[in-house]
Amino acid sequence: MSTMMDKELENAAEVPDNRVTSALSEYFAKVRGGDVGALPAVLGLIVLALVFTTLRSETFPTAFNFGNLLNQGAGVIVIAMGLVFVLLLGEIDLSAGYTAGTAGAVLGVAVTTHGWPWWAGVIVCLATGAFIGLIIGLLVARMGIPSFVVTLALFLALQGVLLQIVGEGGQIALTDPTLLAVMNKNMPIWLGWVLYLVVVVVYGGLTFRRMVTRRANGLHAERTTVWAFKFASLVILLGAVVYLLSIERSVNPAVTSITGVPVVVPLLLVLLVATTLLLNRTAFGRHIYAVGGNAEAARRSGINVANIRLACFVICSTMAAIAGIVIGSRDNGITPNTGGGQTLLYAVGAAVIGGTSLFGGKGRPLDAIIGGLVVAIIANGMALLNQPAGVVYFVTGLVLLVAASVDALSRRRTASTGR
Amino acid sequence: MTMPAPEAGSTTTDQPLLSLRGVTKSFGAVEVLREVNLDVRLGRVTALVGDNGAGKSTLIKGVAGIHTFDGGDYLYEGQPVHITNPKQANALGIEVVYQDLALCDNLDIVENMFLGRELTSTGVLDDASMEKRANETLAGLSVRTVKSVRQKVASLSGGQRQTVAIARSVLWNSKLVILDEPTAALGVAQTEQVLKLVRRLADNGLAVILISHNMNDVLQVADDIAVLYLGRMATQVDAKKVTHAQVVELITTGRLSTDPPPAAAVAHEEMSASAASTTDEEAQS
Repeated sequence: MSTMMDKELENAAEVPDNRVTSALSEYFAKVRGGDVGALPAVLGLIVLALVFTTLRSETFPTAFNFGNLLNQGAGVIVIAMGLVFVLLLGEIDLSAGYTAGTAGAVLGVAVTTHGWPWWAGVIVCLATGAFIGLIIGLLVARMGIPSFVVTLALFLALQGVLLQIVGEGGQIALTDPTLLAVMNKNMPIWLGWVLYLVVVVVYGGLTFRRMVTRRANGLHAERTTVWAFKFASLVILLGAVVYLLSIERSVNPAVTSITGVPVVVPLLLVLLVATTLLLNRTAFGRHIYAVGGNAEAARRSGINVANIRLACFVICSTMAAIAGIVIGSRDNGITPNTGGGQTLLYAVGAAVIGGTSLFGGKGRPLDAIIGGLVVAIIANGMALLNQPAGVVYFVTGLVLLVAASVDALSRRRTASTGR
Repeated sequence: MTMPAPEAGSTTTDQPLLSLRGVTKSFGAVEVLREVNLDVRLGRVTALVGDNGAGKSTLIKGVAGIHTFDGGDYLYEGQPVHITNPKQANALGIEVVYQDLALCDNLDIVENMFLGRELTSTGVLDDASMEKRANETLAGLSVRTVKSVRQKVASLSGGQRQTVAIARSVLWNSKLVILDEPTAALGVAQTEQVLKLVRRLADNGLAVILISHNMNDVLQVADDIAVLYLGRMATQVDAKKVTHAQVVELITTGRLSTDPPPAAAVAHEEMSASAASTTDEEAQS
């Protein structure tokens, strides 16, 4: 008993005089052991940004294009965040794209055709998503049909539903100013900086307090240098983003001025924080990881595996419905093609590129954002290079393949080094 | 069939923690357990041995609430109880450590130890308390083989995993820990480690049921040996009073052919038990 405690105390005492080198060597040991996390995606993001900056120095690294990038990526990112829940279980939802479209169409019908207020439309839209998720969840968790088959069927069926609602070649226009603001409006510059300060102070404060109290209790705590490094990166990175978004990015400032953080950014932030807290800080979230890691072990621990599966599909489809609002807002309406095409595959790609495992048990909502930015940057940069669509698809496919290979290799590495 | 009387000079209490009296279990026409008696005492390791198909797993599953016995009495702390699901067994302080471990590789030691029974405060996971209790439990079992309780289970050796699984079972103020073949997949050094841990559980005052095929393990740590033979309790004896060969014989034939084993009291019990089983078999054939 005392030996263990002494050891803990030693560890606690060691922490204050730690050096950056030991923190780094720990990190490298972790990466070598196969736990690469979001590292490949972050490196990819940097490399891609550098490549496109070199090739298109006059159009790519501009404030205007940066704002565009976020808008292009937002829909895919939200779907990908929802997919993380399903991927964590080792399942898949191929219908998430058309769930977004269908829920968006329901929103359009409610608000545009029937003249409902925007919030009522949003509630119906989210309920549509949740309902679709419930159907998928029941079929997968209760009937035991593989999710690949169920969601492939729904991929086709929902495509039909969307077409029926919107009408062939038709469009449901979204005109509600609140809904359009999501993707077309920016926050005042000062509000952007206030948001920045709130995020930085809250994140820094909470993580610092956690580290200190854990150390005081003799528990395993993050090193101060590691914490400082993470905090500093956040301060610099987010600061750079807010700064870039605060400068004038209109092509013709005299006609219209475009400045400030897009409204969709705080929306993404809220979704990120909510899903991350759900997964990391609640028993429900822990059970999701457990089911993804070893469903039998979870069952023996008294976890209701079927209910967890059901809940994850509902969350995924509800997130897709939110994506439906985002995409509808960007396109000013819903067409039979909303959420179709490459949307779903880009979203799966985003989650996997960000570091979420297709084998289940490993992934974070943050992966969806990092991976989503990689996907968006490829599409954006290739378009600026005037590459034909074929080449863009091809390159995106290659990147996805690389990401999946990294995932598989890191799993093998984990198995062989036992880390 | 009578049970062996507690031996004189034994330090354990007279009343068994768990006492099964004439329990039966059938799956369809197959009678898996026939009138089985079993006594498990606090502070003692009771080894449950028997050949494949003797009914060890069924007996354990009945105790743990995974199956329900068809008949017979299930006495716990002297009181008759009726257990129909694992949660009820857990509530009584009965924990099972399964052979195929049932740990999640992608979670760390603390997360695995509290899986399904996480501590929360106002709906949020209380990680600090869980880590503290995990540390205390491991320290209480004198476990020094794991470096950090924040390691992922994937990074642990077989022995360390078994240690985590066992530590998890004692986390809940449990009184009876059932270990299903804890050393089956382990090397020599790790087997030694785990057996020491099993011994420590009993020395800490818990009742332990150890299922094993390895007679060396059984004779090394067990205080009592219960031998199942074709769904019947062939005998339950003090481990010090039987030899390796005798246990093997009991497992394979359900009785002892050789003349009186060391202690007269035990011999009497065994003879009557094997006599009973012999007549039963003869009646059937």
